[in-house]
Amino acid sequence: MAAGEILAIIGHNGSGKSTLLRVAATAVRPTRGSGTVFGADLVKDPQAVRSMLALLSTEPGVYGDLTALENLRFAARMLGVPTDHAPLQRALDRVGLGREGYERARNMSSGMQRRLSIARLLLREPRVLLMDEPYNSLDPDGARLVNELIRETKDRGGSVLLVAHDLSRGEGLPDRVVEMQDGLLAEPTAGPDADSVIVRDVIPLDQPKAHGLRLERGGLR
Amino acid sequence: MTAPVTLSASLQADWGRVLAVAWKDLTAERRTKSNFNAVVAMAGMILLFFGFALGPDAEGLRNAAAGVLWLTILFSGVLAFNRSYQLELEAGALEQLLLYPGERWAIYLGKLLANIAFVFLVEVITLPLTAVLYHVAFPERWLSVLGVLVLGTTGFVALGTLYSAMASRSRSREVLLPLLLFPMLVPVLIAASGATASLLGGDVMGDSRAWIRLLAAFDAIFIVAATWAFQFVIEG
Repeated sequence: MAAGEILAIIGHNGSGKSTLLRVAATAVRPTRGSGTVFGADLVKDPQAVRSMLALLSTEPGVYGDLTALENLRFAARMLGVPTDHAPLQRALDRVGLGREGYERARNMSSGMQRRLSIARLLLREPRVLLMDEPYNSLDPDGARLVNELIRETKDRGGSVLLVAHDLSRGEGLPDRVVEMQDGLLAEPTAGPDADSVIVRDVIPLDQPKAHGLRLERGGLR
Repeated sequence: MTAPVTLSASLQADWGRVLAVAWKDLTAERRTKSNFNAVVAMAGMILLFFGFALGPDAEGLRNAAAGVLWLTILFSGVLAFNRSYQLELEAGALEQLLLYPGERWAIYLGKLLANIAFVFLVEVITLPLTAVLYHVAFPERWLSVLGVLVLGTTGFVALGTLYSAMASRSRSREVLLPLLLFPMLVPVLIAASGATASLLGGDVMGDSRAWIRLLAAFDAIFIVAATWAFQFVIEG
């Protein structure tokens, strides 16, 4: 996967899409195989990998007893980026939560919590953006926001790996779409649309040629 | 071209993360106070029940005070540890926490600081309650008693924070945590109770110093070992 590429992985429940994403995010240690992100090894140098990527997970990962602003302030402190009010408020404004800054996350709807987790992604500019079912719980405005974020990451040379059942809300965005079945990757024959994917070559993940994730020069290969 | 990250800059960043985790845990607790109220209520009940079990004899109660105090701190403190990771398990926050850059030990030390602050707050209430219920006079060497409390609490919380991380991924964590933790706490319990009893009794034999040294040694071992082991425990 090259720098600036958007790769989408589609597949049924239990096909291994999210596991693949979590391995790439260093949240799960691979039992076999190897992978690199911009030259940093997933297993040997996970810290370097973490400093380059951001993950939008299926769960919002927010703290219910903290307000929206406090959640962002905590994320900013953990990321080592400025914790001033202005950039945090800007991130909230961007995701449409500008007025909910002092609202506890627990009192927000699932869609709002999802937006808050997107605001967390806006605190920095990761080189690799990983998204697990990014359109879940989002209304059309929220889906547009996700698409903007994906395009912006690509425009600045970052790679985006997104995993979804249904890519209809991100149609036209992925440069490549790969289907996953029972932990196996299938290469598309042509076209970026999810609808045009035809399984041509199924590559077991444990074969040397396709060892999990090898990210060289900025992406998955 | 970016400048290489120096060791001191990296340590400074990780120290910032330690404080961020502690701030986050304490802020969440301050908001709800549910855990604090439950732990204080539990501590009060333990003190009362031990008092009933030991009988009305003032001398007997006074002699048992140090041991009962530490058992109360240990039993009630376990409730606090469960809550500490419960926060992370809600809404998938743990995964995000583990994906932030930085060393794992920063998360551990942050949680350790928050838990120590929490248990100290509980002790602010349980101490006077123990003094009243167990007929303990204000100790002459109150500063040394305070030192023992700091050391005993630190050792207890250092292990509790690690073991609660270990138990957090289990569905039966509420049961698992005391089963894992209590056997490991025996040295802290013995040393802390010994030092406290000695100081409350006027330290006539002068043995409190040895207990305090032992407690300090346990603390150092527990903190170093737990800080190192946390990275393996939290990743499951």
